[in-house]
Amino acid sequence: MSQWLGYIPLMLEGALVTIELTVLGSALALVMAFLGGLGRLSPHAAVRALATIYIEFFRGTSIFVQLFWAYFVLPLFGLTLTPLQAGIAALGLNVGAYGAEVVRGAVKSVGREQHEACVALNLTRWQCLRHIILPQAFVIMLPTFGNNAIELLKGSAVVSLISLADLTFQAQVVRSQTGSTVVPFVTSLIIYFAIASVISAGVRGLERHLTRGLDGVRA
Amino acid sequence: MDWDWAFVREILPTLLEGVKLTILATLLGSAVAAVVGLAFALLRRSPNRLVARTTRFFVEFVRGTPLLVQLYFLFYVLPDLGILLAPLVAGVIGLGLHYGTYMAEVYRAGIDNVPRGQWEAAKACNLTGPQTWIHVILPQALPPMIPAGANYFVAMFKETPLLSAITVLELMNQARSVANFNYRYLEPMTLVGVFFLIISLISVVALRMLERRFGRVG
Repeated sequence: MSQWLGYIPLMLEGALVTIELTVLGSALALVMAFLGGLGRLSPHAAVRALATIYIEFFRGTSIFVQLFWAYFVLPLFGLTLTPLQAGIAALGLNVGAYGAEVVRGAVKSVGREQHEACVALNLTRWQCLRHIILPQAFVIMLPTFGNNAIELLKGSAVVSLISLADLTFQAQVVRSQTGSTVVPFVTSLIIYFAIASVISAGVRGLERHLTRGLDGVRA
Repeated sequence: MDWDWAFVREILPTLLEGVKLTILATLLGSAVAAVVGLAFALLRRSPNRLVARTTRFFVEFVRGTPLLVQLYFLFYVLPDLGILLAPLVAGVIGLGLHYGTYMAEVYRAGIDNVPRGQWEAAKACNLTGPQTWIHVILPQALPPMIPAGANYFVAMFKETPLLSAITVLELMNQARSVANFNYRYLEPMTLVGVFFLIISLISVVALRMLERRFGRVG
């Protein structure tokens, strides 16, 4: 018992790295999701094609492969990333591609009459998007974004394989130093589950906050 | 760094060995997921609230934690408890269990989609519980689930590289060992990426056909 108590700070340190990855990765994913999703709805064919290629490429090749490619192959082209940068980039771009489809679906699900009302009120395209469409679409996106953030958290375990000292990595360190297997892995599973629970509770709270007053407005 | 076709030709047979294991692991994993998912879905509907709650928590827990750590758990912890699993077996169980929790949702959506009248008709015809499930509910519930199930099948395929972490010699592991041995990462890593991209582009088309054929739920 006391033997591995000293390792608890090590695991918590790993948990911090995991949280850092999740937060920064989610931020990048959010930006990419909007760029990709709105890009696919663009009236310009070139922008649409670019967004489609981005989405299909990052959804099609596995996150694992993308991470290894970013870490081992990009340096050959003169772009050296630290493990943390490679992790954030791979996770953010990968989950962002999934999020882009969510954004596209949500924006398309806002009724036609809303677009027509924008035209009737003589709003510009940007004003219409910013003040009419996105506030309604964002509420629809939220639950799936929450799931995507949890997928990102789970995906972040992979960075332990490019020697980034996240929670999974530290669990392996504790295992190899103490020989105990149950404690490090069960502890890390519980910490992951706790973080995932915080994310889903946060998203539910945000959803309640944003839908306040929208009852009866939405179908 | 330049792309070397001679090197590609040299490593291709090794990578193809890995592809075989990747496909085998995906097929076995999805078989496990299909069965485990159904079991989870049925247990969650159990009239015994303790069973239903425990199953629900277990499903939530597995869905909220990384597959990689679950694989480590199966691979490192179980031997200490006296259960020795071959790497591939541990990998297949891990994949199957993880995606089984996702499949449970697919089954739930499919089962909930069967109209109430069908249950009542089964009761009116005096069918037993198993008869109701086998002859009335499942034949109607299963076809609409096929597209969603196939979606997770493809997702599982893309997660098989994780098995390399527990020493299964699938595609990613072969690529990594080739890369480390020759100290050339460009070709092996890119080939693995291209392989997954091709499979996934094909599956996008295939999924669309399945959706047209069977419709979609959930």
